[in-house]
Amino acid sequence: MRNLIKEFTKGIIKENPTFVLALGLCPTLAVSVSVANAIGMGIAATFVLLGSSLIISLVRDFIPEKIRIPCYIVIIATFVTIAELCMKAYSPALDRSLGIYVPLIVVNCIVLGRAEAFACKNNIARSFFDGLGMGVGFTLALILISAIREFLGSGQILGYALVKGFEPIFVFGMPSGALLVIGLLLGLFNLLKGRKV
Amino acid sequence: MNIQEFLTIFISAVFVYNVILSRFLGLCSFIAISKETKPALAMSSAVMFVIVMSSAITWFVYRFLLLPFNLTYLRTISFILVIATFVQLVEMVIRKLSPQLYRAFGIYLPLITVNCAVLGVAVLNIDMFFVNGKVLVGSFYYSVFQGVCVGLGYTLAMLLMSGIRERLELCNVPKALKDFPLAFIIASILSLSFMGFNGFKV
Repeated sequence: MRNLIKEFTKGIIKENPTFVLALGLCPTLAVSVSVANAIGMGIAATFVLLGSSLIISLVRDFIPEKIRIPCYIVIIATFVTIAELCMKAYSPALDRSLGIYVPLIVVNCIVLGRAEAFACKNNIARSFFDGLGMGVGFTLALILISAIREFLGSGQILGYALVKGFEPIFVFGMPSGALLVIGLLLGLFNLLKGRKV
Repeated sequence: MNIQEFLTIFISAVFVYNVILSRFLGLCSFIAISKETKPALAMSSAVMFVIVMSSAITWFVYRFLLLPFNLTYLRTISFILVIATFVQLVEMVIRKLSPQLYRAFGIYLPLITVNCAVLGVAVLNIDMFFVNGKVLVGSFYYSVFQGVCVGLGYTLAMLLMSGIRERLELCNVPKALKDFPLAFIIASILSLSFMGFNGFKV
């Protein structure tokens, strides 16, 4: 049991997919304009990660080594389609604001990376918790970035104004703000890591 | 279908909505391979070729398979399969025909399958040129042309970035910002300058 908890927690800080492994950055930057978008994207990606890790670790013994990547991609794409259709049905507004980034979860390196590095070598329970941990880590990173951007870019978080009379810095809502925030955050993580050693 | 449409697609795909700097597609390869100009150029040409070809192929798949049989919900799965197969095919053909070119592309070719720019352009083409399940006139030419322009935009961003990073090798930068963080900050400034093209109307 303790092992399983370890698989879960490592994705959150020690092997955080965004800040430490630097995987799946495209959606991270594109949807982090607002916290609401980030949460939606995080849930969708976590669902895909969980589902694909589960199925891949189930069928890992039947997949021939040579064609494993196409097989993984089909499994992942199936879950992405499920997530896409659910999102279209239950929250069309979120689907519109995420746009093409929902189908692009297929090519998110985190999902394929976990399939290749973990789920194809480990049993179902461990893969499940690994997928869950990575998903939660990804979601938290997304929320962190989007909170910074939404606060600086529009002066509010989830639609609530936090500081009165705060003059929004529009550039943080723009693409270049996203790149700046993630660059500085990665630098900060490096700094903290360097200090510990 | 007229010249003005093509011009709009060109300006918006290369400058205003540059794949990398504004849409954030293909960012992983952009950050990873832009350290030197030569590999950056090789990667860009490979990406451009695959984007153009896959725009054409996915158009046919969507127009003649998915639309008539009401299978549009299979878009994501079918596109990624087609792209993955196509990349594999290109790899085999190039290896057979020109080992020299194969060595020049190196590992970049298989990596393109998971480059979000390729799938992104395919999906974008469908979103833009098929309105409510109807085909726009000339959408095939628009799709392929958009593929070319996105490829050009990718190459442009890649060249700018690798040029700057080659210069930075000689500079003394803070240790914590070395490599990736600094690359992002440069990309941010580049993206800021590309924002100048916003509001540029044809």
